[in-house]
Amino acid sequence: MTDSQALSAEIANIKQNDQAYKFIRRIFRSRNVVIGGFVLLIIVFMAVFAPQITRYDPAEQFRRNRLEPPSAEHIFGTDNLGRDIFSRVLYGGRISLQVGLFSVAIGLSIGTSLGLIAGYYGRWVDNGIMRLIDVMLAFPGILLALAIIAVLGRDLQNVMIAVGVSSIPVYTRIVRGNTLSIRETEYILAARALGLPDRRVLFLHILPNVMAPIIVVATNGIAGAIIAGAALSFLGLGAQPPDPEWGLMLAQGREYIRVASWVTTYPGLAIMITVLSINLLGDGLRDILDPRLKI
Amino acid sequence: MIRYLSQRALQAIPTVLLVTILVFLMLHLTPGDPAEVFLGDRRSTPELLENVREDFGLNRPLHVQYLDYMGNALRGDLGRSFRTNVPVVDQIANRLPWTIELAVTAMGLAMLIGFGLGIIAALFHNTIVDLVAMTVALIGISMPIYWSSLLLIIIFAVNLNWFPAIGQGGVERLVMPAVALASVSAGSLARMVRSSMLEVLNQEYVLTARAKGLSERIVIFRHTLRNALIPVITILGLMFGNLLGGAVITETIFARLGIGQLYVEAVLQKDFPLVQGMTLFIALTYVIVNLCIDIIYAMVDPRIRYD
Repeated sequence: MTDSQALSAEIANIKQNDQAYKFIRRIFRSRNVVIGGFVLLIIVFMAVFAPQITRYDPAEQFRRNRLEPPSAEHIFGTDNLGRDIFSRVLYGGRISLQVGLFSVAIGLSIGTSLGLIAGYYGRWVDNGIMRLIDVMLAFPGILLALAIIAVLGRDLQNVMIAVGVSSIPVYTRIVRGNTLSIRETEYILAARALGLPDRRVLFLHILPNVMAPIIVVATNGIAGAIIAGAALSFLGLGAQPPDPEWGLMLAQGREYIRVASWVTTYPGLAIMITVLSINLLGDGLRDILDPRLKI
Repeated sequence: MIRYLSQRALQAIPTVLLVTILVFLMLHLTPGDPAEVFLGDRRSTPELLENVREDFGLNRPLHVQYLDYMGNALRGDLGRSFRTNVPVVDQIANRLPWTIELAVTAMGLAMLIGFGLGIIAALFHNTIVDLVAMTVALIGISMPIYWSSLLLIIIFAVNLNWFPAIGQGGVERLVMPAVALASVSAGSLARMVRSSMLEVLNQEYVLTARAKGLSERIVIFRHTLRNALIPVITILGLMFGNLLGGAVITETIFARLGIGQLYVEAVLQKDFPLVQGMTLFIALTYVIVNLCIDIIYAMVDPRIRYD
């Protein structure tokens, strides 16, 4: 390698580092990302270290302390069976975060693959896939998830499948749209002219270029999945007693709303703060990664 | 125009067909013998199963069953509830008015709040007003309907005693569920209206309008708002869908005997004819609503021509 080559390589390297540095700096300068990310980190930490943080088992029943208001002993109070609500909220975080992540993983992987294939191959493949997506979109809101639960039966695992599957269309549509325009760019034509197999072109050359909107949609998707998952459990179609699931806790606390509002207040707050922090993070990422995206 | 409209309507046909096939297959996709699924939690004996197969024609080839189901559906017969033996169509018809009342009120509220917040936020872009409006919108989006409903009940029914907590009929029983249902849609609408307004405010024709000395009111109402609202029309369909989905939750919490509450009950009780009939009804309604919105969109925006 000659000196000038080494020099230009060095310059390229610095430029790249500089870009990465600038990008990271933009992330840390975004108020939304910092606040949302920080709160979310605390929530994840509390869910992961729940056994270390609280001394009560979420299913342990203190029969003499039913429906006790918040106190030093039970800081969020106890529910109708005398269970410590603080512990249940912490352990509930594990369930809700899992529902959020797994559902998005299902929707993201299937939806993105379908979108890539539809956008890349076009014609009847595109047509077929998009008709399928149209059918899924014919079931409004949470009703597709409800219909899937009706078929699969009610439990938490099926909630993740149902919520995940019903989020497929969002990813497929956005990835397909982007793939359609990227497919025509010169570097993709070059990659194809070099004889790269379709799989490589799709996943190594197109996918990285549609990542920005996907990351934003997926982040907000986690928040949506947590809300939807807790909704299904609230309706009695997801987690079953004695699981400390936030939606289920809200449903059980409903009966005591007149005498013990804390039973519903805390799990509700937990859902809202979690969802709010994820949405803030998603908004901040959107401003940085893809300002044109309107969601 | 007419060609575009008829093309768009024709496009909906394969969707509708696939929806009917999927809904029909729901029973058969469920793990286990369809006859047993039909019986749900009841104890089944071989004779009973045989009777169910005979009565509901479950022992015939699938395509015959499907054609039969569709033939009946076209004649307005979606079967009978397996639990109550009431025709599915009658049950839907009985419950529908309550859901329409709720959804329409919530839609109106959501549009009022959403447009208001969004327009104000855009006009006061990057000021404290904008920040407050968008924070309110974000909280609206992040607040699950089931929790905001419970909060409303705690505050306005239990503590203040302003409204009855549950039931239906009369304005006083409509306020809380409608507000709870509207909050999420209002939040997302506000964000959409704001970004759409901001985009239009940056257009050169707005600059021109200002440059030629038009009053700010005319710039905003005649030149900006009208153009900014066009893309917003597209999400009204999505909003309507979310309201229908949200009605499932609000109706359950406020014990309103509407479509959503019936649907949850049907799923919980594994009442398959009812689940199928309602899924079909809701999906078809939604497809038609979206079709209408597409048509309105094409009529409002003269730039859209697909021929």
